[in-house]
Amino acid sequence: MTVTGYLPYAAAVWVFMIGLFGIVTSRNLIHLITCLSVVQSATYILILAVGYRTGAAAPVFADQPVNTPAVDPVVHALALTDIVVAATVTALLVALTMQVYAERGTLDPNELRPMRD
Amino acid sequence: MNARARTLLFLASGALAAALLLWGTAGLPGFGRYPGPYGDIINAVALSERHVTNLPTAVIFDYRGFDTLGEEYILFTSVTILSVILRKREGPPEPSGAWGGFSEPIAWAGWLLSGVTGVFGLYTILHGQLTPGGGFHGGVILASLFLLIFLAYEARVFLRIFPKTALEALEALGAGGYVLVGLAPLLSGRGFLTNVLPLGQLGDIRAGGTIALINAFVGVEVAAAFALLVTEFIAEIEQKEARP
Amino acid sequence: MIVLQSLLLAFIAAGAAAVVLTRDPARQAVAMGFYGLLLTLWFLAVNAPDVAYSQLVVGSAIVPFVLLVAVSRTRKQPK
Repeated sequence: MTVTGYLPYAAAVWVFMIGLFGIVTSRNLIHLITCLSVVQSATYILILAVGYRTGAAAPVFADQPVNTPAVDPVVHALALTDIVVAATVTALLVALTMQVYAERGTLDPNELRPMRD
Repeated sequence: MNARARTLLFLASGALAAALLLWGTAGLPGFGRYPGPYGDIINAVALSERHVTNLPTAVIFDYRGFDTLGEEYILFTSVTILSVILRKREGPPEPSGAWGGFSEPIAWAGWLLSGVTGVFGLYTILHGQLTPGGGFHGGVILASLFLLIFLAYEARVFLRIFPKTALEALEALGAGGYVLVGLAPLLSGRGFLTNVLPLGQLGDIRAGGTIALINAFVGVEVAAAFALLVTEFIAEIEQKEARP
Repeated sequence: MIVLQSLLLAFIAAGAAAVVLTRDPARQAVAMGFYGLLLTLWFLAVNAPDVAYSQLVVGSAIVPFVLLVAVSRTRKQPK
């Protein structure tokens, strides 16, 4: 496989790993949520790279004839809904973080111990 | 385990995981050499089978409509949980003085842009089956209209204009409407979410049968859900700090 | 086109590192907005207009707003 043929997969693995590194070494819960968002973006890069065909057009035939070669629309469908839904889940995590701050007064994961009764 | 030991453990196991991932993706066909049959099949038949020109929309709302129902309900549930979590408030929201106040240029810009944003959001939702767009994108654009109005005017004005009950009713209408459109074919003996409406003419805005209808319902639901999210967060800003 | 895609991928890799290594959440919200823009450009370069549309509206309007609200609500109030 050539270098340019492998580059998107390598980029996706790099983004995934560095996002995980950010989650592991985070000292602030909001920073951790943003790194989780970065990890999710690595999956979009991977999935769109799988569906791409060199020299093909976008899978929208409003202004091009029907038989032009196009990229795979199934992976576009998966990535598209995932982006919107992941933003909502990020907002939910942020709301939980705000509640944690209101209860405990700190956002440092090292200082937050599990609740004990 | 302290932070330093955790970092070292991650560097060791992360290198192993990265090597595994790189070896795994090297087994894929190279970037640009898509071999698989499904994309080609859908590109070839979707136009004549469904009369829509935007193929990802056809895949989302028709060929894989059941998955989209699940994803839409993830959105619905997240926003519901968010409303429940952020609802523990004492008293009505009062301005905490965190904002710099009313600003004339921002108000003008917001007023000018809000009309364009609203129309563009509606256009994106309704033309989802013809050009790139659809219920998901158009719904988020309509929700960013709410954000624009909040930035242009005060939060108290914003919270008076958009009653939360109307937003919740719209969100429920969108989510329930999707399921009802899916249940309707069961009455005539066909499967859940079969495309039963007349398919219309290619390029027409009503083309695609149930695709256009589901698209509109999803647009309403996503717009209302994100508007509710924005409303909850804005009310959080304006909340006087309950605990130090 | 392949040059553009590879260049954007290099920027995306650098951008992801920048977002992760920015420790202050308020600055990270801005970095996240810019990283979303880089992703949008790459999605356009691989002929995915729907996905680019989605990432653009979500990454510029919703995500930085939510992060900044969290930052403002979790700051020690200067009394």
